[in-house]
Amino acid sequence: MKRFAALIDRLIYTRSRNSKLALIVDYLRHTPDPDRGWAIAALTESLDFPAVKAAMVRTLLATRVDEELFRLSRHFVGDTAETAALLWPDNKPLPFRGGVGVGHVDVAQGKQAPPRPSPEGEGELSVSTAVDALSAATRATAPEILASLLDRLDADGRYALLKLALGGMRVGVSARLAKQAFAQAFDVPVDDVEELWHAIAPPYAPLFAWGEGRAERPDLKDVAFFRPFMLAHPLEEESVDLTDYAAEWKWDGIRVQIVHGGGETRIYSRGGEEISGAFPELVAAFDQDAVIDGELLVRGEAQGGEAASFNALQQRLGRKAVSKKMLADYPAFVRVYDLLAVDGNDLRGLPWTERRRQLEAFVPRLADSHFDLSQVIEARDFDDLAERRAGTRDAAIEGVMLKRRDAPYVAGRRAGLWYKWKRDPLTADCVMMYAQRGNGRRASFYSDYTFGCWSEEGELLPVGKAYSGFTDEELKWLDKFVRDNTLNRFGPVREVEKSLVLEVAFDSIHSSKRHKSGLAMRFPRISRIRRDKPAEEADRIATLQAMAT
Amino acid sequence: MATAKTWIEPHPGGIYVKPADLWIDPSRPVERAAVTHGHADHARSGHGAVFATPETLAIMALRYGVDVEASHNRAYPYGDGFDRGGVRFSFHPAGHVLGSAQILMEYQGERIVVTGDYKRRADPTCAPFEVVPCDIFITEATFGLPVFRHPPTGQEIAKLIGAVRAEPDRCVLVGAYALGKAQRVIAELRAAGWDAPLYIHGAIEKMCALYAAHGVDLGELRLVSETDKAEMAGQIVLAPPSALNDRWSRRLPDPVTAMASGWMRVRQRARQRMVELPLVISDHADWDELTTTISEVNPKESWITHGSEDGLLRWCELHQRKARALHLVGRDLEEEA
Repeated sequence: MKRFAALIDRLIYTRSRNSKLALIVDYLRHTPDPDRGWAIAALTESLDFPAVKAAMVRTLLATRVDEELFRLSRHFVGDTAETAALLWPDNKPLPFRGGVGVGHVDVAQGKQAPPRPSPEGEGELSVSTAVDALSAATRATAPEILASLLDRLDADGRYALLKLALGGMRVGVSARLAKQAFAQAFDVPVDDVEELWHAIAPPYAPLFAWGEGRAERPDLKDVAFFRPFMLAHPLEEESVDLTDYAAEWKWDGIRVQIVHGGGETRIYSRGGEEISGAFPELVAAFDQDAVIDGELLVRGEAQGGEAASFNALQQRLGRKAVSKKMLADYPAFVRVYDLLAVDGNDLRGLPWTERRRQLEAFVPRLADSHFDLSQVIEARDFDDLAERRAGTRDAAIEGVMLKRRDAPYVAGRRAGLWYKWKRDPLTADCVMMYAQRGNGRRASFYSDYTFGCWSEEGELLPVGKAYSGFTDEELKWLDKFVRDNTLNRFGPVREVEKSLVLEVAFDSIHSSKRHKSGLAMRFPRISRIRRDKPAEEADRIATLQAMAT
Repeated sequence: MATAKTWIEPHPGGIYVKPADLWIDPSRPVERAAVTHGHADHARSGHGAVFATPETLAIMALRYGVDVEASHNRAYPYGDGFDRGGVRFSFHPAGHVLGSAQILMEYQGERIVVTGDYKRRADPTCAPFEVVPCDIFITEATFGLPVFRHPPTGQEIAKLIGAVRAEPDRCVLVGAYALGKAQRVIAELRAAGWDAPLYIHGAIEKMCALYAAHGVDLGELRLVSETDKAEMAGQIVLAPPSALNDRWSRRLPDPVTAMASGWMRVRQRARQRMVELPLVISDHADWDELTTTISEVNPKESWITHGSEDGLLRWCELHQRKARALHLVGRDLEEEA
């Protein structure tokens, strides 16, 4: 755990991507299996221990530390895992009256010890021992197991363990970076790593064996494995030539990949997370040997059985199982964008035009109740396309996608191949009502704002909450505004003087029973601080209702 | 015996001692001020008369142009003091920075100690804290939460030296408050055997000279402004925290940004400051020092000022110790902790 804790610590304080990469490369090369596999899975948030959750850690801490002191400390630190790591009693507390002098610490920064058969010293807790113990934990045994692990570690080790157990590592290591580090560490092509990564479970032993030349490339023939998605850059060019790019609507659902292989069908979300359990009707309906890329949507009654807004889809998300009523009320379907493989042939190397041709031939093989083809927008030219984009009122359309006709399907975002061109956001002038402190780096700032608009009775009703869209300078200003204009404190929340107008941008707005205002915004963010505008002149609820879809 | 409430008044702007018509560490100019130490949140300019240790007066002279020679300003070495309005005032080491003192007041059989800022661990640049028994102990609480446990200083200094040696083409730039922290880091480096010249920002030069004049050996110091960039590769540079991410640091060879502060114990705090090498070195008592000190002083009542009062208050409650929080203003000099 020491090496892993040291890695996390250095990653936290290292800002440059290349330096982060170098640290992980070094760790992967010099740490034995299975520790390195578990470590990299932890860094990329690929581990989950259902029995270990933040609430359980808080309960456990209460057996060692006064609850009030924990609460005060958590409030200051802004992170449960770090607070717990610092508060957990040391087995050997440090005497504070130690004299001056150089303590024994490993100062060989940037240099790693050569690989050892045992990753940790005698009796030291290894990452894999910790993972094994946490995996075996049940709700009943988890507190005791976690406690015994924490007892074997110092504060840095405890931090690493708790982050591993709870997730939320926040060390700036994306799955993409980890895959690059792996490719660099073992000098293998990153595209191969991308593909194998999601097909092999942590601690990735066959992957390391292949990387180190000890084994053949793992065979994925009979596995319903995830292919990394091809992603788009926002369109920043003035225009593109439609003879080079095809245009499609960008639908406002969730991007999914459906894979049929090895006799089973799996649905993956954009990050490679499997969500088959939430959409059994799609799993059952997809009976072809193929891999498709598409948008998962639900049909809405109000839309005449056409795609409903994201708001409706949300009812179906994040569920492990789904009721019959859910299936009936929010029927899901997939609008298919792309065909990545069919009948045992990988199509990803082919240009879009050729994949599109095969896709159009393929979609009729699927049940039209659950699958339809994403239509290409037949625009005369870019201006015509711009006009159509501006003219659409369909709630389920988020914007336009532009795809280079001669481009193969490649993982990640590549310059110039795909663009997303979202609809212009809607805006409203709202009044700040409450503010809350952020987490992590923003623990000392009031950075989350609840804002409202005026009802017909002249009452301010909350319409949304936003915590982005402002610059660091603006955040400092907003934080000061909150502190200087506090009316009431409710724990971490402050009610402020209703005097500041915020221009809020949002992608769409929907009716919602959850909020008193009856409205819910999608992707609200602060677009401008309107110091010039008196609060009475902020927008009315009725104005927002008119925008609702 | 007098009860404290009749003769001492905590105000947001300082502690007022009624019979002596005197303020302790007032935040606004007053007629008479007793000052615990030279940091800006305790020592201000513009007072009529200042009562302090000779070192603190010297620091105030350097920083705020206080006239040490003026007869109304009085210097009292540790253990010494004065009487005014029936109150006996005396100064006792606080172990915080050079000249820092706790002020003991005795009035009609009652003893009150104001700690100012203090710490308990060894510091080669100042006299160690003395436990002064008293009825009311007015203590700071900068690190009054149990998450704050400073590691041994030697360990942090070794981390600093290790970082310089690991990358000989770069320098390590240490952000350290100009009064106290900078000199302490220098003295600790010398104690750890770092003999090379240390490179300093102009803003800490005069205070280093003042320390040296008071017998604190800081070894050879060179000004960054008078040094070639190349010479500082593989060396340690010290600057006030405000200069860390300032344009000033462009004259340094690819600096690794370090910061010496008790706040560095919390990772996200260190990240906020864009620090690459956090050094948990503080001139304030950590949680264990605060709680041990209250136990050792064993007062009838503790009054807790500036910092995380709530945490220490809770500790007192859990240990059946009478305590209250004083809400003094302007006592959060984060840079200095």
